[in-house]
Amino acid sequence: MLRYLVRRLLFAVLVLWLVSTAVFALLRVSPVPVERVIGGPRATTETLDQIRHNLGLDQPVLVQYWGFLRRLAQGDLGYSYVNNTAVTRLIADRLPTTVWLVLGAAVIWFVGGVLIGVLSATRARGPLDRAATVFVLVGLSTPPFVMALVLLYLFSTRLGDLGVRFFEAGPPMQEHFLQRMILPWIGLAFLMVAAYARLTRGSMLEVLGEDYVRTARAKGLTERRVTYRHGLRAALTPVVTQFGIDVGVLMGSTIVTEKVFGLQGVGQLVYQSIAMGDTPVVIGVTLLVAFFVVLANLLVDVAYSLLDPRVRLA
Amino acid sequence: MSSYSDLEAEAVPGGAGPEPVRGRSPFRLGWERFRRDRTALLALAALALVVLFATAAPLLAAVTGHPYDVTYPDTGLDLNGMPVGPGREFWLGADQLGRDVLVRAAYGARISLLVGVAATVVATLLGVAVGVLAGYAGGAVDTVLARFMDITLALPYLLVAIVLASTFQITAVAGSLALTVVVIAFFSFAAMGRILRGQVLSMREKEFVEAARSLGAGPLRIMRVDVLPNLVAPVVVLASLLIPTAIVFESTLSFLGVGVRPPMPSWGSMLGEGSDVFQTAWWLLAVPGVLLLVTTLSFNLLGDAVRDAVDPRAERLATSRAGTVVEDGEG
Repeated sequence: MLRYLVRRLLFAVLVLWLVSTAVFALLRVSPVPVERVIGGPRATTETLDQIRHNLGLDQPVLVQYWGFLRRLAQGDLGYSYVNNTAVTRLIADRLPTTVWLVLGAAVIWFVGGVLIGVLSATRARGPLDRAATVFVLVGLSTPPFVMALVLLYLFSTRLGDLGVRFFEAGPPMQEHFLQRMILPWIGLAFLMVAAYARLTRGSMLEVLGEDYVRTARAKGLTERRVTYRHGLRAALTPVVTQFGIDVGVLMGSTIVTEKVFGLQGVGQLVYQSIAMGDTPVVIGVTLLVAFFVVLANLLVDVAYSLLDPRVRLA
Repeated sequence: MSSYSDLEAEAVPGGAGPEPVRGRSPFRLGWERFRRDRTALLALAALALVVLFATAAPLLAAVTGHPYDVTYPDTGLDLNGMPVGPGREFWLGADQLGRDVLVRAAYGARISLLVGVAATVVATLLGVAVGVLAGYAGGAVDTVLARFMDITLALPYLLVAIVLASTFQITAVAGSLALTVVVIAFFSFAAMGRILRGQVLSMREKEFVEAARSLGAGPLRIMRVDVLPNLVAPVVVLASLLIPTAIVFESTLSFLGVGVRPPMPSWGSMLGEGSDVFQTAWWLLAVPGVLLLVTTLSFNLLGDAVRDAVDPRAERLATSRAGTVVEDGEG
């Protein structure tokens, strides 16, 4: 177990290093000159040279790369080109909004998806199953940004309290938290509910066909007990695995939702920073999101090996 | 599906059926099953309409007299500068700059179909190459390739795609199209590659591959003659399900302004650029939104039908549509 953990940790570090190197390389070949971003369009050549020197951009690429890695190892993500604030500070300000957004949506999609999946699996071919199948197909076919736009359109005129005026900047823990977050949550969760309903239904049907479920039935257990105690427990394993990964990935995929609903989270931060050529912020957020993804994968793998004795720890 | 077992029963040599046994290729069988699927035919019809719409784009521009990139501030915008709704001059309304929504939507259909199909082709080639290589080679090659695919699947693709698209500040329409296709393919091929890898992994231990090997066939020949033909069914199924994903991906990138560049319209960029005036100009949301939904829904339905038709066993339980479930746990 320890060896397995160490190997997974090393792999996680390797992935983070690869991602940071890739982002560093990518932004170095970017045709947007950094000194222009800082100096503005009317800066003189001397000013531009001075800026390049201050940022160390006149040094060889490898020296820059080494400095980048060294600061990274110390948790220093540098300063924003645009307003000279520490990147860690900028991210820390925006992170709560994104975390709340993802967590709220995650609860909705997990509960909703599993519920629909179990109900339609236990009533396969019935009217409820058919309705669920239509819902799943529509859900999987609706691009999240279209769903968000439709929600915003419907509710911003029809229901004042849920309307756009609540989607203002600021930490979401303040007043009107629920009103402000409910539409973004639904918008973000809609497609995922469909995906999880499909996943749960399939997993559940597979498990309910297993021999031990027949045994449980033969023992005379109630259908309810068979479904939930014996069936659902086993059927949830792949769902939970997927859930862990999706929560990690979603941390970096809230850009659209945040943009449509005007939430000032990490997604908006990176979107605006890209538009302004604010490289340190882009690198910082990308690394943060990669960190979440790697962490989620690690947790899922470890949990999986603990839950399922069949998984070899080699 | 009783029809399938009927077909099988017919195919049994020496069967006592009144008709002589006819040889039917797997694709003929698939087509016969597909033809009986009413939902699939409906989806196919809807897609045919979308294709027709896309093909007719220049025609629509000629008939209405509104090229897709020309603004009509006088006729397309009212006195307050708001776009005019559907009417005689603009059949599906004008957009926020006074351009014809109908014509732009038709050109947008071209972009969606083009990017969807092109990205799927690239992703399929990449997925087959990497999947087969990883599965057949095994060992270190497999470990590296499999891990690589895991990483591309785990990356927050939207974020990376935006960074990529904005790094290469491409302003030409053709260049932005190509970049969009490459970005989408890069983030989609692994889903296929991973499944194919698993199939090849189990296939290379099968007797027929072993037989080929013992007859002296080299790895390339085995991959081409023995492995690839057996992968046709899953590849067709996975590819048909990749198309709607790619279309959604493209529209999302264009919505964020990092996909297909203006003035070329895309359903995604139409939704993005018009989003400020949706409250008064609902057609700017409805037209591209409905087209997008109908297209992806039809492709998804079609993909499911293709899977049912080509490979009746594949993930039947996991993803079967209503009415086609064979087992439901009671059996």
